[in-house]
Amino acid sequence: MSIKPTNDAVSRTSLSVAFTVGLYGAAFGAAGVTAGFTILQTCLLSLLLFSGASQFAVVGIMGAGGSALSAIATATLLGFRNALYGLQMAPILKVTGLKKVLSAQITIDESTAVATLQENDVDRRRGFYLTGIGVYIFWNSFTYLGALGASAIGDPAVWGLDAAVPAAFCGLVWPRLKSKKQFLISAFAIILALSLTPLTAAGIPIITTVILAIIFGWRK
Amino acid sequence: MSSIWIAVIGSSITAFLNKYIGHSVPERWLDRPRFKRINTLVPIVLLSALVGVQTFATKKELVIDQRFAGVIVALIALKLKASFPIVVASAAITSAAIYNLF
Repeated sequence: MSIKPTNDAVSRTSLSVAFTVGLYGAAFGAAGVTAGFTILQTCLLSLLLFSGASQFAVVGIMGAGGSALSAIATATLLGFRNALYGLQMAPILKVTGLKKVLSAQITIDESTAVATLQENDVDRRRGFYLTGIGVYIFWNSFTYLGALGASAIGDPAVWGLDAAVPAAFCGLVWPRLKSKKQFLISAFAIILALSLTPLTAAGIPIITTVILAIIFGWRK
Repeated sequence: MSSIWIAVIGSSITAFLNKYIGHSVPERWLDRPRFKRINTLVPIVLLSALVGVQTFATKKELVIDQRFAGVIVALIALKLKASFPIVVASAAITSAAIYNLF
């Protein structure tokens, strides 16, 4: 892991991505506390789970009264994409042992995205580590601040925190909707989940929509 | 142990396994077109379902309240290419305004 702290394009991109995404951590911190997690539990999710969409899913499902199992299952399915990022990064990073453990922990959307934008392996590695470590630091700091802020608030609706969580999910899904077909699948998923909501335990309507991903992804 | 603790620890373990497995298995194991197509759609369906449920559900009931207004504003902000913090803040302000005024 050799990172030269020079002020070039790679480090500028990495740091601006890290800071912007880190700010989002405040929304997660607030969402965690609003969902009934303690500040410690909220911060542990950022430190250990460290994958935004999965973290929001865990607090969203538990906050709605879902079971731990459905929260874990949903978060795990959301995290499969990180396995694919690891697959992409492994031949570039070529790390083993503890370095591999640390590299795996920071294998997320942002670190992989910045790395794959670079022209050569040296810059790819720098982009990956600078972004991954930068997001880790900012994301965790802001999670703590957000959790602290939200815990000082009584009724979350007074501050609009009840709308901040679905808005956060909108922000997470929006960049993934690149075609008409994907918009349609997104709409189907919302309809299916809402139809199941009155009938099943919380959390089940979310995980059931994976069936749609399998049906629509089976053939080209 | 409370169910929240089980969720925190369990999801942290599986999240790390996901990441670590990617760094460890031969490429051909995961490099299959069908798996990749489904995997692209998985976050779309799960996150969309979460948008729906978090906007309209209160326990098992479906309601339209201030959250819906907040989400509409968030979608407008996204359409206008606003950054994440702006999207979330504009939704919160809208929802709070409606909740406190009516």
